Amino acid sequence: MSLLLDVKGVTKRFGGVVANDAVSLSVREGEIAGLIGPNGSGKTTLFSSIVGAHPIDAGAVLYEGRDISALRIAEIARRGLTRTYQQTRIYGQMPVIDNMRISAPDVKEGILPLFRRAGRASEARARDLLSFVGLYEKRDLLAGSLSFGQQKLLEFAMALMSEPKLLLLDEPTAGINPTLINGLIDRLKRANKELGVTLFVIEHNMRVIMNLADRITCLAHGQVLASGTPDEVREDPRVLDAYLGAQ
Amino acid sequence: MKGRAARYAAVAGAGLLVLAAPFLAPAFVTQFTFLWLMIVFALTWDLMGGQLGYNSFGNILFFGIGAYACAVFQRDSGLGYYEALAIGAALGGVLAAAAAAFLGLGILGLRGHYFAIGTLGLGIAAGEIAGGWDYVGAGSGMTVPLFPGALAARSLFFYFTLAALALATFLTLRWLYGTRFGLALNAVRDDEDKAEAMGLYTARLKTAAWSLSAFFLGISGALAGNLIGFIDPRDVAFAGATYGVWMVLMAILGGKGTLWGPVIGAAVFHITQEIFWTYLLGWQRVALGLLIVAIVVFFPQGILGTLREKFPGRFGSKAEVQ
Ligand SMILES: Nc1ncnc2c1ncn2[C@@H]1O[C@H](COP(=O)(O)OP(=O)(O)OP(=O)(O)O)[C@@H](O)[C@H]1O
Ligand SMILES: [Mg+2]
Repeated sequence: MSLLLDVKGVTKRFGGVVANDAVSLSVREGEIAGLIGPNGSGKTTLFSSIVGAHPIDAGAVLYEGRDISALRIAEIARRGLTRTYQQTRIYGQMPVIDNMRISAPDVKEGILPLFRRAGRASEARARDLLSFVGLYEKRDLLAGSLSFGQQKLLEFAMALMSEPKLLLLDEPTAGINPTLINGLIDRLKRANKELGVTLFVIEHNMRVIMNLADRITCLAHGQVLASGTPDEVREDPRVLDAYLGAQ
Repeated sequence: MKGRAARYAAVAGAGLLVLAAPFLAPAFVTQFTFLWLMIVFALTWDLMGGQLGYNSFGNILFFGIGAYACAVFQRDSGLGYYEALAIGAALGGVLAAAAAAFLGLGILGLRGHYFAIGTLGLGIAAGEIAGGWDYVGAGSGMTVPLFPGALAARSLFFYFTLAALALATFLTLRWLYGTRFGLALNAVRDDEDKAEAMGLYTARLKTAAWSLSAFFLGISGALAGNLIGFIDPRDVAFAGATYGVWMVLMAILGGKGTLWGPVIGAAVFHITQEIFWTYLLGWQRVALGLLIVAIVVFFPQGILGTLREKFPGRFGSKAEVQ
């Protein structure tokens, strides 16, 4: 499998805090990669560094073999690399279905496509994806009136609507009703298999990430502590230490 | 089906009323004409403030550019009255739109309150520049060519041209808000960073919206300058303290971010203001000031927004399925 994402020695500082310290890791095309680490270890910052939400201080981010570290977030999104947010970001004063409509892939082509009719296929896809995450009944409600967990699901559906090649998900199960988590894991796997979206997932829930990811990287204090298969990472004493030490 | 028939009947009735109003109430033609102008003000302001979430306090700039551009063209072109007015008004609209596109490069990068404050200076600065520029009459302003006809015909002419402009503005925005361009405006309003992260061309979007708003305002300035007959740099063209503030208030009063809100807000505001002027002479400015405070305190959501909260079923915000 070829490398879709190759992060090489990325460093990001906030004043005196080194949130990412020469981080190197990679994501292969078609896989589900996981990112774990204690609170404050720099996971979200790494996602922001990858998608161009902020300039990085050192290193390079290669996506499809090209260095994208100087590009801005919108340009990177247009190439098919998108992220969801830990705190969820949706368009709160718009109905759920309109959140989907404005996430269609052709809005990334410019202003003029916005005047084209969305087309039946696009409408159907918006409805299908809402059904996929279980929000079809809520389609006419304002997105801001949904619960946190439902907003998370909507944001996931919006991301899929935009047809990314690589999707970075920041704690997709946070705030989701525990009885629904297994269903969500199943949906993430289906998005990966059936829609062909490569996933890179930050997850706090160990059971979830062990179940989901093909390979896992563990961060601590901004540095890569360990990486490998779920079993390798789970049994790595440094990972156990980092988690126990952080409790 | 029944709903559709009722709708056509309502549209036809409203159309007839607009056509007949100047003949039914000839004493009020000028007031009606200004009402159309106010509707254009509120609609164009709301495109930015309500739909895009960019509160502009400088939109009066585009009105003034239109007024001056048209008056200069009328003065220098040597064409007949109607030709010069038509071309001048179009020129005013285009120049205003170009000014918005140019200013947008800098100012539209500002977010939230910074944008609002950034635009605050625009009208004031333009008033000062026009007031010192001899080419446009400096402080003594510009007069426009005399209307080639009787006074009554002149009133009717401006009533109908401004009515046509208000209708054109309304229909354009109605169409626009039904497209995904309208959704994109709302997306930027709700979370601009998210919109950018989803790959939307937010900078172009904002510039296009401001230019469209400025285009209609520029034409309205051209027509209003001729309606009033005299273009004073500070009291007519760049009248930030009156027209400039009213734009904002009318949109808020009626309901920001809705199609009909600005229309309703403009009507209520204009009528209230005329009543104050008639019955509270001497105190009309105090009353207007109190009205403004009352609007912001009691109708933060505007008339439509309040109705929508009370009767969500009847005034639900369903975007049309394309
Ligand atoms: N915008 C910012 N400005 C200053 N410091 C920041 C900023 N964002 C993150 N940090 C700091 O960088 C470090 C890493 O934060 P980050 O949010 O990336 O951690 P995380 O691994 O995502 O944690 P969590 O599991 O709690 O989400 C923390 O010390 C945090 O305080
Ligand atoms: Mg985080």
